[in-house]
Amino acid sequence: MSIFRSYLLRLQRKRWKIRAFRKRRELVEVKNRTNTIRPDDILLFCTFRNEDIRLPYFFEYYRNQGVDHFVMVNNGSTDGGDAYAAAQPDVSLWSTDAGYGNARFGMDWLTYLQWRYGHGHWALTVDVDEFFVYPFCDTRPLAALGDWLDASDVRSFGALMLDLYPQGPVSDARYERGMDPLEIANWFDAGNYTISQNKRMRNLWIQGGPRARAFFADKPEKSPALNKVPFVKWDRRYTYVSSTHMILPRGLNLVYDQQGGEKTSGALLHAKFINTFGERAQEEAARGEHYGAGHEYQQYTETGQDDPKLWTKWSEQYLNWRQLEVLGLLSKGNWA
Amino acid sequence: MNLGVIVLAHTALQRAEQAIRHWADAGCPVVVHVDRKVDQNEYSAFVDALSDLDRVKFTRRYRCDWGGWELVAATQNAATELLDTHSELRHIYLASGACLPLRPVSELCTYLDARPETDFIESSTTEDVPWTVGGLDEERFTLRFPFSWRRHRRIFDLYVKLQQLIGFKRRIPTGVVPHMGSQWWCLTRRTLNAILTDPKRPIYDRYFRKVWIPDESYFQTMARLHSTKIESRSLTLSKFDFQGKPHVFYNDHKALLRRSACFVARKIWPRADELYDTFPLPYDKPDDHVTPNPSSVDRVFANAVDRRTLGRPGLYMQSRFPTVDRENAVTAGPYSVLQGFAEVFDDFEGWLTKATGGGDVHGHLFAPDRAHFTDDSPVYVGGMSDHPTLRDYNAKMFLTNLIWNNRAKHQAFQFGPMDTQTINWMVAKDTNARISVVSGAWIISLFLAREEFSDVRKEAARLQQIEHKQLKILRSPFTKARVRVMTLAEFVRSPMETLQIIVDEVSEQPHPRLAEAPSMVKLDGLGAFLQDLRNQGMHPFLTGEFAEDTDTGTSLQTQQKPYLVR
Repeated sequence: MSIFRSYLLRLQRKRWKIRAFRKRRELVEVKNRTNTIRPDDILLFCTFRNEDIRLPYFFEYYRNQGVDHFVMVNNGSTDGGDAYAAAQPDVSLWSTDAGYGNARFGMDWLTYLQWRYGHGHWALTVDVDEFFVYPFCDTRPLAALGDWLDASDVRSFGALMLDLYPQGPVSDARYERGMDPLEIANWFDAGNYTISQNKRMRNLWIQGGPRARAFFADKPEKSPALNKVPFVKWDRRYTYVSSTHMILPRGLNLVYDQQGGEKTSGALLHAKFINTFGERAQEEAARGEHYGAGHEYQQYTETGQDDPKLWTKWSEQYLNWRQLEVLGLLSKGNWA
Repeated sequence: MNLGVIVLAHTALQRAEQAIRHWADAGCPVVVHVDRKVDQNEYSAFVDALSDLDRVKFTRRYRCDWGGWELVAATQNAATELLDTHSELRHIYLASGACLPLRPVSELCTYLDARPETDFIESSTTEDVPWTVGGLDEERFTLRFPFSWRRHRRIFDLYVKLQQLIGFKRRIPTGVVPHMGSQWWCLTRRTLNAILTDPKRPIYDRYFRKVWIPDESYFQTMARLHSTKIESRSLTLSKFDFQGKPHVFYNDHKALLRRSACFVARKIWPRADELYDTFPLPYDKPDDHVTPNPSSVDRVFANAVDRRTLGRPGLYMQSRFPTVDRENAVTAGPYSVLQGFAEVFDDFEGWLTKATGGGDVHGHLFAPDRAHFTDDSPVYVGGMSDHPTLRDYNAKMFLTNLIWNNRAKHQAFQFGPMDTQTINWMVAKDTNARISVVSGAWIISLFLAREEFSDVRKEAARLQQIEHKQLKILRSPFTKARVRVMTLAEFVRSPMETLQIIVDEVSEQPHPRLAEAPSMVKLDGLGAFLQDLRNQGMHPFLTGEFAEDTDTGTSLQTQQKPYLVR
């Protein structure tokens, strides 16, 4: 890697920062409780749109894991989820009606808020349908992970996005407000992930899972990326590049060992495939605001698969993080 | 009280206070050293919080950097104070603020009372302990380390390199044999006093001031000079990972810590409330002479180090992606690549499955139309799809996934020049691969298809070229797989020996001699067919030599039970 190319990456990082700084004008402060953030608090950053039904359990789950403060952006919700979020005592909420796609899929807004409030904190950046699991997450809160990573001089933590789906058709997995989505959609693919290395950004590019096999088998290069770096000891110089798949400076993307050992890593349980999926796919395909002008959603609707059946006889039912460790989908590394 | 305690506190002072109370409540005099880096307000609050305990004293504060001399100076200072003010003490225990007594201090006292002359200090020579931090062991004692390893790593390394280059060596004071070990010890008054009042102490101190990480070597070395009875182990349960960083104990270690029967553990995560609420706890058995036995703790942390440094072979994931030339194994276990057998025999897969009675025998996994899994289903273990485009998108990982997902079961699959060839190099370099090739066997399907001869000729040339290229790879010096190549002609002459080897490999154990051969396809006229190809200018050299008169020897079906082994 030449100095020149690394300089280009630096320019790119600066550009994203400036862009994020300009996009701050799109944000309207709804409820700012950031003055309650204490120095060692764990923060969660999230953008959402019409997720009222998912929000109660989302808050419950992450509070249990030890998130101290939620910094959120509401992107034009019409279902009242914004009011619900603003009423939570540990949430600071901003609102915007601007285009999701034009804001690098919400990343510009979050980059600004991370720059403003994240510095020096362990920051978790997730979507409302993503549930972060890591080794010992049933007995050790996020602060334990953060402290241990600090002591190991590690600044970023990688996770595999693991798509969950129900046993029957997706539309039959009827979700109710406040419910744990894993009660109705808890199956996953255990061993069909493929990895290649992105030399430029140094991250791994992971694809596969049920989406690759059901929707993208004949154009696998288009299948969604499953590599994520969701948990980062934030510094105001940092910026995510494409969702949380990549981050700059690129050294933060080295969440994997190249000598044969295993670094500690987690998974993001992705509870996307529940009954709200079909409606969502139609809406997002029409809106075209998602990555690649929503080609992923278009793929679902075009192939008539907005009500897919993803289950196979080789699907695994989710139990806990230990099961994922045995299957090789996450690793304890040297955290014991 | 026979036991006095030195506590070195750096952070999490509330927890340090809790630990100090355990010591003091048991009647032990405690001398506390608080790192100078702790700010004054916090320090005052800490002193106030402990002001109700008259057995607790605070000493002069040093500024302690990791691996620096000040830690030793602080310890010396605290020890002198303790010995001077408490003449009744027989043992001195060095603990930290992140230490937690696991068993009541009284049990520790009873244990020490039974061993009044023993110094508990882990102390080994540099040859005996592999030390990985910075890769320095003996050189810790012979080089100079004026730069901080934590804060100025580059200058530190550079300066070490420079000294190595010019061959610089410090002189070790006469009589001193460098020893290292855990920082946490329990010494007798006699030994500690001898160390502190040694007339040559200024010389030793001057020397150790420049040694790297002296807190792990000063007392360890000095004790060897003065002690009459050293038990080389620490009474404090403390484990280090591969980078020399202490492992931390959490709530979920409760049972493990309990079973260890150790007296003191470090370090405890400051927010592990359950541990702080539970311990110290009297040991189950009425006998409080139970000797600490941390072997199960050792195992847990040794596994962690292995996982971090070696990992699970054949696993590729978001936190393990070995670069090709560094891999210890490409795949998770042995597997067999069988080339040409399915062409020579009818239902070879079925026969092999029956003959081995275990293991998965797949068809052509890399066939152009789809992946032919053993049960012919569209999805296989782990959610692997049979879709050819998806498979070929990353064919190597298709294979590593298959082996990883089925690591309890030997995998065997058919292969050939008509299949996706991108895995060839990977398979050839994989020590787990068992490759058996009947070269030129692809000719059989062309021979049986009886299509337009010009097409056959073209196809034969294409397949031969592909297989030839593959065989070149298998014969390269980089090949680490177990490879067996024979021509079609050689194979049909005596197939049983090879089949026996394959059956043994797939079942991963020596097998009774095969009683039944699979049935071979009819090869009558193959010799003439090959001659025809030659006459057309296409030389099928990979098949080996077949006599044109196929009745003699190659037409196997005509013979009576030709391969029945008695």
